[in-house]
Amino acid sequence: MQPSVPASAAPPTLQVRNLRTSFFTRAGVVPAVNDVSFNVERGKVLGLVGESGSGKTVTGFSIMRLVDDPGRIIGGEILFGGRDLVKTSEEDMRAIRGNRIAMIFQDPMMTLNPVLRIDTQMIETMQAHRKISKEAARQRARDTLGMVGIPSPDERLKAYPHQFSGGMRQRVAIAIALLHEPELIVADEPTTALDVTIQGQILAEVQKLAATTGTSIIWITHDLSVVAGLADDIAVMYAGEVAEYGAVSDVLDHPLHPYTVGLLGSVPNRNKRGEPLRQIPGMTPSLLSLPPGCPFQTRCPRAADVCRQSPPMAEILPAHEARCFRPHLEEAGVAA
Amino acid sequence: MSVYLLRRLIQAALVMLAMSVIVFIGVYAIGDPVEILISPDADQAERVRAIAALGLDKPLWEQYFSFLGNALRGDLGRSFVFNEPALQLIAQRAPATLELAFGATFLAVLVGLPLGLYAGLRPNGVGAKTIMAGSILGFSLPTFWVGLMLIMVFAVQLGWLPSTGRGETVEILGMRWSFLTRDGLAHMAMPALNLALFKISLVIRLTRAGVRETMLMDFVKFARAKGLSPRRVIGVHVFKNILIPVVTVVGLELGSTIAFSVVTESVFAWPGMGKLIIDSINVLDRPVIVAYLMSIVLMFIIINLVVDLLYSVLDPRVRLESKG
Amino acid sequence: MSITTADTTSAPAKAPRVETPLRRFVSEFAESKMALGALIVFLAIVLIAIFAPLIAPQNPYDLAQLDIMDGRLEPGSQSADGSITYWLGTDDQGRDMLSGIMYGLRISLMVGAGSAIVAALVGASLGMLAAYAGGRTDTIIMRLVDLQLSFPTILSALMILAFLGKGIMNVVIALIVVEWAYYARTVRGTALVERRREYVEAAQCLALPTRRIIFRHLLPNCMPPLIVVGTIQIARAIALEATLSFLGLGVPITEPSLGLLIANGYEYMLSGKYWISFYPGIALLVTIVSINLVGDHLRDVLNPRLRK
Repeated sequence: MQPSVPASAAPPTLQVRNLRTSFFTRAGVVPAVNDVSFNVERGKVLGLVGESGSGKTVTGFSIMRLVDDPGRIIGGEILFGGRDLVKTSEEDMRAIRGNRIAMIFQDPMMTLNPVLRIDTQMIETMQAHRKISKEAARQRARDTLGMVGIPSPDERLKAYPHQFSGGMRQRVAIAIALLHEPELIVADEPTTALDVTIQGQILAEVQKLAATTGTSIIWITHDLSVVAGLADDIAVMYAGEVAEYGAVSDVLDHPLHPYTVGLLGSVPNRNKRGEPLRQIPGMTPSLLSLPPGCPFQTRCPRAADVCRQSPPMAEILPAHEARCFRPHLEEAGVAA
Repeated sequence: MSVYLLRRLIQAALVMLAMSVIVFIGVYAIGDPVEILISPDADQAERVRAIAALGLDKPLWEQYFSFLGNALRGDLGRSFVFNEPALQLIAQRAPATLELAFGATFLAVLVGLPLGLYAGLRPNGVGAKTIMAGSILGFSLPTFWVGLMLIMVFAVQLGWLPSTGRGETVEILGMRWSFLTRDGLAHMAMPALNLALFKISLVIRLTRAGVRETMLMDFVKFARAKGLSPRRVIGVHVFKNILIPVVTVVGLELGSTIAFSVVTESVFAWPGMGKLIIDSINVLDRPVIVAYLMSIVLMFIIINLVVDLLYSVLDPRVRLESKG
Repeated sequence: MSITTADTTSAPAKAPRVETPLRRFVSEFAESKMALGALIVFLAIVLIAIFAPLIAPQNPYDLAQLDIMDGRLEPGSQSADGSITYWLGTDDQGRDMLSGIMYGLRISLMVGAGSAIVAALVGASLGMLAAYAGGRTDTIIMRLVDLQLSFPTILSALMILAFLGKGIMNVVIALIVVEWAYYARTVRGTALVERRREYVEAAQCLALPTRRIIFRHLLPNCMPPLIVVGTIQIARAIALEATLSFLGLGVPITEPSLGLLIANGYEYMLSGKYWISFYPGIALLVTIVSINLVGDHLRDVLNPRLRK
């Protein structure tokens, strides 16, 4: 598979190759992430889009190697900094987490420990990765808080999480992620739980960061409008698989996979006022009982007999891949 | 904070007052006060004199206020059996009971916390299942029977530990303590373990539940995502969170431990307040009963107050609320 | 495609038989082998207690049947006249321990279940009253509940026995006083939740009589938590009765319950005659553990919060 963006001199920050993560539950094996591949380029933002249960969060945790029992990575490679994270020891992994790859969680109300002060939670992060005096660590913590736009950081360091608003807590979480200037940040719906205005501020903040520090970002979200304004590349996930993958303009302007088309159709849009919103019929199928073949076939308006076989991921347009036998090539202006 | 404290103190005084009414009604209205307060050996003339002296011919509310007035001066009557002020008897016995209760609580935390932590971190392991089965047993075992079995095994068959009494004591601040001598500790071992059994189970269950709940929290995963060592994640992030319910419950249970020491003290002939109250109920030495009930309620109130304050120290969220 | 198709795609596949709440409950309960075993053990204990006069080798309360010569015999000994084998030995009166335990179980279970039933009636009524009347009535009842629950059971029981004197009836009263608050709190909590449900509001709008709303709508919904609390409380009552009898505050010495049997063996324990205290304790332990296991599992099954 090729990177969707014209290859630059530097290799991608992260390459995920045929990743498989399954949950071995009592009810059966749930293939939460099934043969997922994508690249994250240096200094770029990859939008990982999907409904809840599509496997996007598990993909994020797989990269962090934080999949908990009964989940397990059962195949594939996660190439980062010249090594395969799947095969990295837990000890080495810990040196990478929070240091070279950081993560931001969805609910800022829940990610900070309620009984520890902010400074404790920031300083421990630094001391976990390098020998640094408490004073120096506090200095760095203060600077980072200032960087993410928290006023009077000196005072705020001594506060407890409950003394912050949701938006401020997410800024603290982002500050913690930034402490070590990581090469990659996995952001799991970090703005979903926030007000729209705060969302905008945080998005702008993150965009600026990616541009200035060269940090790569995986932005996990169910919200296409967020991705449209933020991401460089986009990977649409459905039922544990990547349905469509390409540069953001390609995917949003010329969607190939019927699921992406459905997803775009169900976003309210000023240009479509008065028209009824289209919706994708049916529900996300249970990963325990997927039909053989394309997982989207039961909901797909274009489904045909061929869809009872599994479609491979294919580069249907240049640097624009989809996992579909009957992609929307008409709309893309290309003859079948 | 001081407003909060004041409010709590007023509350405590009200509960104390309510208890004095209950005890007063229990002893003076339900039971026969003449029988309760005057020695059964007294002759008729003495009885009449005593009734007048005690004001038992006065209306009930007036009697209550004189009871209350005496109680406030620390006078809860004299024991028929020992012919000493009842409160003084209680005070003499209190150290034995207190050291037993504190010893048991200490043991409960010392044993229960690590076991609960282990069971919570590996909930499906054989070890965890054994621990949990043991804790069900700990809840179900009748304390007095376990006490007897302890005596049978460790005192009668193995002969390792003495079965009754406090052993050698040391006097500090006018009170006698067993836990400072080797012999005293040996005497204390079985009673303390016996009394701790139920609390150990309680601490195990609380800790395990707390660990399992906390481990699922986002902040634990976030702490791991920061690259912290498991030791730091469990030892600081998880531990500090489970400490709040554990400390609260163990603290609040201290009162019940003191009350339940009645049973343990009877089994091991431990000369504390519990042994005294059972003997007093058996011989109807009611001034001592009243003194016991009133002082144990006071202990309860003090314990609750201290635990509340401790709770606000441990949980920053509570601190803010009480300020605002 | 329309919304209707969206709704029908997730129809359940097949239902082998009609699933009634009771069936579902039974099958879910039976999932735990341990709880099922505990239930069987408990039922066996109840049967032994009920039929003790028929199956016990001797009537331990009939002093004429006791032979002091048979006192403190080891388990497995023969009686002096060779008529009985004392499988669990005898106590100081020459009482067959096995018979004594069977009869003692009767008393323990009767006191435990009896006090639990009365306490449940009193507690449930007051809890329902608190939930339904609200306002000051609620406040007063719940303050009483809080006061009661803030005291350890043994202390409340001692207090009542101190006021009323010793004796088995007073022990029962003490148990009821100790227990009612748990039921009251449970019923009030559930009833308050149910009261705000739409179907109750609908019933009120229909001007159904209060009695009907309480008995047909609120009470049935309070039953599951009430059953759970009741089960655990029976075990606690049995343990507390045994404790009070052990302390000499309960049953008369002529008709010993398990607690008193254990107490009787206390003084012989030191001379190594373990069986007088040991076996009644085992009986007590098995009874309490089996009830607790059943109660624990009932709580898991009946608690909708824990249901996946």
